[in-house]
Amino acid sequence: MVEFLQQLINGLSLGSIYALIALGYTMVYGILKLINFAHGEIYMIGAYIAYYLVMIFKLNFILALLLAMFFSAIFGIIVERLAYKPLRNSSRISALLTALGVSMLLQNLGLKIFGGDPKPFPELVENKAIFLGDIIIFNQQIIIVVVSIILMIVLHIIVRYTKTGKAMRAVAYDQEAAKLMGIDSNKIISYTFAIGSALAAAAGVLIGMRFNRIEPLMGMMPGIKAFIAAVLGGIGSIPGAVIGGLIMGISESLVVGYISSSYRDAIAFAILIVILLVKPEGILGKNIKEKV
Amino acid sequence: MEQYIIQVVIFMGINIILAVSLNLINGITGQFSLGHAGFMAVGAYASAILAKNYNLPILLTILIGAILAGMVGVLIGFPVLRLKGDYLAIVTLGFGEIIRVILLNMKITGGAKGLPGIPGGVTLLVSYFFALITVIVILNIMNSTDGRAFMAIREDEIAAEAMGVNITLYKVLAFAIGAFFAGIAGGLYAHFYQFLKPDSFNMYKTVDVLLMVVLGGMGSVTGSILAAIILTIIPELLRGFAEYRMIVYSLTLIILMIARPDGIFGKKEITDIISFKKRGR
Amino acid sequence: MLLEIKELTKDFGGLRAVENFSLNIKKNDLIGLIGPNGAGKTTIFNLLTGVYEPTSGYVKLLGEEITAEKPYKITAAGIARTFQNIRLFKDMSVLQNVLVSKHFNVEYGMFGGIFKSKLYQKEEIRIKREAEVLLDRFGLQDKMHLPANSLPYGEQRRLEIVRALATNPALLLLDEPAAGMNPQETAELMELIRGIRKDFKIAILLIEHDMKFVMGLCERLVVLDYGKIIAKGKPEEIRNNKRVIEAYLGEVEE
Repeated sequence: MVEFLQQLINGLSLGSIYALIALGYTMVYGILKLINFAHGEIYMIGAYIAYYLVMIFKLNFILALLLAMFFSAIFGIIVERLAYKPLRNSSRISALLTALGVSMLLQNLGLKIFGGDPKPFPELVENKAIFLGDIIIFNQQIIIVVVSIILMIVLHIIVRYTKTGKAMRAVAYDQEAAKLMGIDSNKIISYTFAIGSALAAAAGVLIGMRFNRIEPLMGMMPGIKAFIAAVLGGIGSIPGAVIGGLIMGISESLVVGYISSSYRDAIAFAILIVILLVKPEGILGKNIKEKV
Repeated sequence: MEQYIIQVVIFMGINIILAVSLNLINGITGQFSLGHAGFMAVGAYASAILAKNYNLPILLTILIGAILAGMVGVLIGFPVLRLKGDYLAIVTLGFGEIIRVILLNMKITGGAKGLPGIPGGVTLLVSYFFALITVIVILNIMNSTDGRAFMAIREDEIAAEAMGVNITLYKVLAFAIGAFFAGIAGGLYAHFYQFLKPDSFNMYKTVDVLLMVVLGGMGSVTGSILAAIILTIIPELLRGFAEYRMIVYSLTLIILMIARPDGIFGKKEITDIISFKKRGR
Repeated sequence: MLLEIKELTKDFGGLRAVENFSLNIKKNDLIGLIGPNGAGKTTIFNLLTGVYEPTSGYVKLLGEEITAEKPYKITAAGIARTFQNIRLFKDMSVLQNVLVSKHFNVEYGMFGGIFKSKLYQKEEIRIKREAEVLLDRFGLQDKMHLPANSLPYGEQRRLEIVRALATNPALLLLDEPAAGMNPQETAELMELIRGIRKDFKIAILLIEHDMKFVMGLCERLVVLDYGKIIAKGKPEEIRNNKRVIEAYLGEVEE
């Protein structure tokens, strides 16, 4: 029981990270029907931006986090404009392959520019262990969960209550109709990429803070897992991404705790295969069949 | 130096088999599979283990490995039947990774440390013997009713089924055949390098082959062959710039998709272009 | 009796798209299925061809039940269709489009194709000849080797019909074959369909919105509104049927 609760808590923290990244995937997919393979690399870039900000300018955690989010948002917009916009009217396969290409490009540029060796992320927040009986909770984990919740609330407010948020939902629902209503879909698409990238970057910074090491390929696995989380929750659904992220995080922690850490990645793919076979539209997704 | 060139040419033969077999699934049948490295791995390890532990001749073990790979292809082809586009891609990617993880954790494969001491015997002749068979078989299939069935599925599977094509059967068949030949390539790879590790069959390997298919033109056997040749030679020429190889590759993929998604040949074959007729494929 | 359709009903979740659709089609019948937009006509086609599984009811072809069979099996049994939005195999040649329809009938297997056996060669000659004859009859032989999407719209529609005919059906379902055609093309199409019916001795069930076309061509009409049959009978009877007029008028008013 103790082990279960322990892994549950670990899973909550891990799941929050996946949820933050998954939100970016789900929002971009909702708007462009594109799987942004490169999203995991934004997570990595966010971590590195924060790293250099702290190393060079000696910024504190919150400032580094916010600035990393800001610059990553801009980076996300640039990637969209350069690589995805030209393919708006192409086949989905072309867009998919391009996203794959961008992902690989960023990974390898990262390897070239930052070097393949992991960098020690400075300790921005002192790690303290809190004991609840036999269960250990690290304050860093609490910070991850708290920051994630705050960001998700902010996102919720933006999407629900602002004009831009409403426009985002409109474009996701029907891009042509939204354009007819006077919405500048290009701007909204950029906005969506910006928000998604900011969230992914936040996740990267949080992970850097927690595990004190970053490396250029750090985005690969979390990126795939977060994508699976988005699919699990229902791709295109924001609450779905959160639910999916948490489920992914908790399942992974449980597998690591109870079975073996060698299978921590395999469980993610197993979940993906199961969900795509059983309910491909995800937990909160809608089933849209092709019209004959 | 001569030895080196021969090795590159042998490797080219293996790549031709990989590209043409992936093209059958992705380009000709239109099923977007990103798990090809997994099929290759099955063929490679099966053949290696059978030859090393049981002293069987490699021509036999390569064949057995390929059959096993083909069966895995069927195993994967069935569940992904209902999926399209991005989803199909991700699931097949997942399957490929699962195969790699399984191989990583099996004792008989040597795990992460790798499997050394694999019997050799892949000469130029052997490599191109298999490459030739692969190309002929797939070209012949394309020129038969089954090939048209595959292409019809790519073009419009609802219409294909309405015209009498058993799309379930043919989708699985595409995976099976593609996987079979990927398994052949895997076996050749194993007995050529005489050492295997699961990492050689990760997603990057699939993208390597995918780039060949895309560059050559998804749906064109000629294109796959040509692109396999080009993409075997160029990395060798750029040996000195190995670290830039992946950067160049990814940039090439992006630019290709933006500027010329049809690749070199699109869906045509060299025979179509030579006869100067505007033929549909 | 060629096709017996008995009380077909189709629900999509809470929405009842088709209710108690019954129809008997005899060999060589020429029947028109009409009704306002969204009445469920294409749904009927999809039910008959196995694309949808009915919630209740059955379909029997020459006495054999084919309800909810897979589409390719229904085609092999003898029902072929065209699509409302043309679904040609765009990048395949005109000839290849027709050859696909011969696929389920071909005698050689995959190994025959791989080894180019005698049977393969014989069959390939046979089906190509059959396809060419068909294409010639419909004036598409010259464009045999061109990609299907290079054809002008009218010829693409024609190719759709040829492709369906190539499956040797007993019943041909045409979904809005005259869509997008001008009056001359429409008149030609009417002649074409009459010719098909006569020469191929098949039954035809078609969906159309063009009233002149449908009234001038079909022997019988079935009128659908909100998924239910509201009238059946000869064109003259239907023309003056109050319920039918209301159904269409209602559509115009909206």
